[in-house]
Amino acid sequence: MWHILKQIARTGIKTEPAPSPATEGVIGNRLQERILRTLGRALAIRHVDAGSCNACELEIHALANPYYNIEGLGIRFVASPRHADMLLVTGPVSRHMIVALQRTFAAMPDPKLVVAVGTCACTGGMFGESYATIGAVSNVIPVDVQIEGCPPTPTQLLQGILVAVSPPAALRPRGDKASAWTRHSRESGDPF
Amino acid sequence: MNLSALGISPATVPAAMQARRYAVDPMQLLAACRVAWEQGGQLVALWASDDSDRGRGLTLHVVLRDADGLTLLEHPCPDAHTQYPDLAAIFPAAARMQRAAYDLAGLQAAAEDHRPWIRHASSPDDRFPLRRDFATSTQWPSGPEDYRFVKVEGDGVHEIAVGPVHAGIIEPGHFRLQVVGEKVLRLEERLGYTHKGIEKRFENMPIAEGCALAGRVSGDSTVTYAWAYAQAAEALTTTDVPPRATWLRALLLERERIASHLGDLGALGNDGGFAFGLAQFSRLREEVLRRNAGAFGHRLLMDRVVPGGVSCDVGDDDAMAMRAQCAYLTREIGVLRDIYDEHAGLQDRFRLCGIVTPALARTLGMTGMAARASGVAQDLRCDYPVAPYDKLAVRLITHNEGDVAARVAVRFDEVLESLRLVAVILDAMPAGDIAVPLRDAQAYRVAIGYVEGWRGPVLVALESGPGNRIRRCHPHDPSWQNWPVIEHAVIGNIVPDFPLINKSFNLSYSGHDL
Repeated sequence: MWHILKQIARTGIKTEPAPSPATEGVIGNRLQERILRTLGRALAIRHVDAGSCNACELEIHALANPYYNIEGLGIRFVASPRHADMLLVTGPVSRHMIVALQRTFAAMPDPKLVVAVGTCACTGGMFGESYATIGAVSNVIPVDVQIEGCPPTPTQLLQGILVAVSPPAALRPRGDKASAWTRHSRESGDPF
Repeated sequence: MNLSALGISPATVPAAMQARRYAVDPMQLLAACRVAWEQGGQLVALWASDDSDRGRGLTLHVVLRDADGLTLLEHPCPDAHTQYPDLAAIFPAAARMQRAAYDLAGLQAAAEDHRPWIRHASSPDDRFPLRRDFATSTQWPSGPEDYRFVKVEGDGVHEIAVGPVHAGIIEPGHFRLQVVGEKVLRLEERLGYTHKGIEKRFENMPIAEGCALAGRVSGDSTVTYAWAYAQAAEALTTTDVPPRATWLRALLLERERIASHLGDLGALGNDGGFAFGLAQFSRLREEVLRRNAGAFGHRLLMDRVVPGGVSCDVGDDDAMAMRAQCAYLTREIGVLRDIYDEHAGLQDRFRLCGIVTPALARTLGMTGMAARASGVAQDLRCDYPVAPYDKLAVRLITHNEGDVAARVAVRFDEVLESLRLVAVILDAMPAGDIAVPLRDAQAYRVAIGYVEGWRGPVLVALESGPGNRIRRCHPHDPSWQNWPVIEHAVIGNIVPDFPLINKSFNLSYSGHDL
């Protein structure tokens, strides 16, 4: 026990301030404040791998490490879609995962958000559409925000999650600064 | 492997290590596999290809491995309806590879189990994606999965179904557990959920471009796959890679191993109820990834290995920072290892959990890092050291207990060895070019790449078509060999230990499902 405490003390606090969102100047507040204000200190996320190569999963895992400390921001990954506000989907959607993805989405209570994580989830990426994949997540369920990247870095993931939970008016891009995310207008009503 | 008694003569396969190929008929195929088994050989990979456009029907390819190197057996099947001999009686790992070969190319083994493996219920059973006349845009409606699991019957036996969507942030797969109370009687896996048609996607791609796709077969092993692909592409085109590029590749591969083992050591601590371990090791892993981003421009090192060399060099400042990081990590890991070793609660979860005895590992053809925890003394970096490993004298690490604790111990030993190697590589790396253009490939040649990643050996078999394009590419993940082993490892354990045992193997779904 003494060694554990000593190591904790020696390591110190590694958590960094949350990054500014991709469009600097548009949202001046720090990510943490924005999320806390919008969500009242709680965002529950459910992740579904719909056919990814596992690289996006590694970076989503990294959000939980002490540097990004996503739980410290009030964001939690949950085990059941019934507890989730947001669905993070990775991968080009393989045809074998379509039913599981649809059922996971249907099991989430309204209102719900869907974030497509990684280039494959946004466009189908290198795998495209074929006999085995149906490509972008938006071909299966409505997507609110897309986070590009192969894989997106943890910082880009945090930025994209913020974009999804912010009111649209706050996010109109200013200037030509490239951003990793794109927001979609969501059709009303669920397909299920 | 000595197959002279079978009256067949070999041809050489272009590869970074010794590799021979034999054309075999059904009797010779069986005999060769038996000889290989008796001589201590192992099944590495099995796949089928369609050569009907060249008037040859289908071909079965089987790769075996022994101390002499690789042996590629090619069994032509002019008639797609003939069955080839079931190799699973000799190499149990062949069973699922044979089922996948049927699902994808329509070539069937004379085996009892004809359940689909990669193909799910919605796919028609008379269309085969890897046939030459199959258009990649072919589509059929999706439907729910219906698979005949083997059931255990008896008083108090019940079934637990898990997946494909799991409770954590992991890849999709289905597990069917038959249990009595807490005790697992049987586990059956159902994979194929992440099947993305990678092998079909490779068809007709320019050989130089296939490397990026190979690097995304399993994103946690991107350097391993890219290097194995590059080895095959370079052997196929007789391209000589500059010496500095091979050293940089080894540097990238060892850093991939370090990052992955650190992540696993943290996750295993967490699965054992020790969140401190996850916090500490995920911190160290993040520091490695940040250094990767700083030195090479990508956290997970994707697209750094390219055919002909590497796409990034290492400057003096980055080299110095990496050396300092190696020393720092070695110290930190030493402290954490002592904490793990002395933590009674953690050791109670780790020890005697999910045991795979050395005898079982040998019978099932287990491979890679997990196999080294069951006494299988195999590591490509030691067995067939290609440059620069011929100069690095990698320490082969084995443990014999075969439990979760042994798989943790192998990771601790290997990560420390990789940290030593990184420091040695940085000191000994020669100067010079880091890449050359890939030369032209002759059509219809086959070459093999074979690289020891953190999970185990990854094989890439590459066949060229006309115009420097890929005719057929088969990437093979060590998870094919080790997934069936988990089904044995969990027998008699309690249900809550299944996630821990599964994590201690940390196998790939995407690399397996392709």
